[in-house]
Amino acid sequence: MTDRDARPEAAATPPLHQLYQEVILDHYRRPRNKGAIAEPTHSITMNNPLCGDVIELLLEVRGGRIERAAFEGRGCSISQASASMLTERVTGRTPREALDIAARFTRMLHGDAEAAEDPALGDLRALAGVAKFPVRVKCALLPWNCLEELVDDRP
Amino acid sequence: MEARRSTHAAGAQPPEHETSGGMERTATLDVAKIRGDFPILHRKVHGRPLVYLDNAASSQKPAVVVAAVSGYFLNSHANVHRGAHQLSVEATGAYESAREAVAGFIGAAPAEVIFTRGTTEAINLVAASWGGSELREGDEILLTLMEHHSNLVPWQLAARRTGARLRFAGLTPEGRLDVEDLFAKLGPRTRIVAVTHVSNTLGVVNPVADIAARAHEAGALCLVDGAQAAPHLPVDVGAIGCDFYAFSGHKMCGPTGIGALWGRRELLEEMPPWQGGGEMISEVRLEESTWADLPHKFEAGTPSIGDAVGLGAAVRYLEQVGREAIHAHEEELTTYALDRLRELDGFRLFGPATDRVGVISFEYGDIHAHDLATILDARGVAIRAGHHCNQPLMDHLGVGATARASLYLYNTREEIDELVEGLLAARDLFGGFS
Repeated sequence: MTDRDARPEAAATPPLHQLYQEVILDHYRRPRNKGAIAEPTHSITMNNPLCGDVIELLLEVRGGRIERAAFEGRGCSISQASASMLTERVTGRTPREALDIAARFTRMLHGDAEAAEDPALGDLRALAGVAKFPVRVKCALLPWNCLEELVDDRP
Repeated sequence: MEARRSTHAAGAQPPEHETSGGMERTATLDVAKIRGDFPILHRKVHGRPLVYLDNAASSQKPAVVVAAVSGYFLNSHANVHRGAHQLSVEATGAYESAREAVAGFIGAAPAEVIFTRGTTEAINLVAASWGGSELREGDEILLTLMEHHSNLVPWQLAARRTGARLRFAGLTPEGRLDVEDLFAKLGPRTRIVAVTHVSNTLGVVNPVADIAARAHEAGALCLVDGAQAAPHLPVDVGAIGCDFYAFSGHKMCGPTGIGALWGRRELLEEMPPWQGGGEMISEVRLEESTWADLPHKFEAGTPSIGDAVGLGAAVRYLEQVGREAIHAHEEELTTYALDRLRELDGFRLFGPATDRVGVISFEYGDIHAHDLATILDARGVAIRAGHHCNQPLMDHLGVGATARASLYLYNTREEIDELVEGLLAARDLFGGFS
């Protein structure tokens, strides 16, 4: 029976209900700010080559503020909901503030319990459960990677 | 191949089903006994019994294959084709006996079977060696829209180096290869037709014997990617009539990192080596060398001896179980799976319902494939989600990803039922479909 003893411990069933919260499914089914914006000042497309998820993030930055944010793309509920929530969260903020939210969000997805309580993240806290699904973390981060690429060198 | 398959299908007796210990048993294949050969199938995942339906990505290994690899290393390991000592003689014997087993598995002569790291390396070998020496500017390489990246990118590289041009045969609306389109694109400039035997996404079996015959009529060669065929169908390279056949060990109960290229002897003899080093030479001088005989000319460096021994054991295992019996079991199980899945509202199959193996790619409602895979995984059911190394095909189908359940000899009807239950649970979790 040594073979059987050497087998990996069966991990507990992952908490699917923490992952697929209603607010996430709502953003997946009724994405906000999906589609083109008239005069984007910034746009970038990133994909996850392993799974084929694609996000195009478009920003209209005027007078030092993100006046409009929108996205296009396709992928799983997590990547699409994360993009939809991103556009709502960064609209009206300065690029620096948006990057600060991206940093807090990234910490939350890496399992930081304090970040998961951060009021600055608002609705985005619904995605905290993704941290328990390591293979899905990259889905949630894809739109935020777009944001960081777009505004990183433009404080 | 096609003729053999239909003869077999016509002659097959309806399988008799008995339930024994919760496992399915057919007249031809004792699945309960087979499952006993695969220790991993008895573990749990997230507290649930493992239901492994990702066989097109990689199959699980019977204990006899693991024992062959470890037995080799524990008892007989040394370098091959070198030593004058006993262990080297034993290692060489084990390695070459594995080659004989693999050759027998596809109806070939051992000297025509080159061990590679897998299908990908086998195709790269042909594209680099044959392609590098034979292709000229304006020559055409004819592929299909359903090729795995491993039968596409090596040809892109060869085309870039030589100025040859890639052409692609399309698909029918049903998801079969459009054979008429392929024949129409065969022309005087076509030098090689490289086509998959079985699509790793659509599951469809292509008429490779007809394609090889037409390629030859047009003066072209024919390479067949057998990665998804060799594990499931009886394969006889002579009956197919192709010039090269490539496959991987890890999809057919063997270790990772080992596979084979079969090539017609006269072609292999003309082709230059693609990698240089030890093992592949006859005589080496400072300025030039001569090459070893086949197959060693294409096996530079110390080969993956243990993995080859494991592949030999895998081939013997599959032959002992019986390849016709494996095929019949999978065919019956695929029919059951398609019948059950197509009862589900929102289920959409990619690929035809007939002339196929148990590679089942699908969409389910508006739930993305990754979400399905996560929800199924929480229930112990392993499927693949993604583009399956088939990005051009995904573009053609107009999807970014599909879910894929793929079957093998050890899968059961009960496991298909688990898959169906998991899909229904996913729909509930998502609150139905919008």
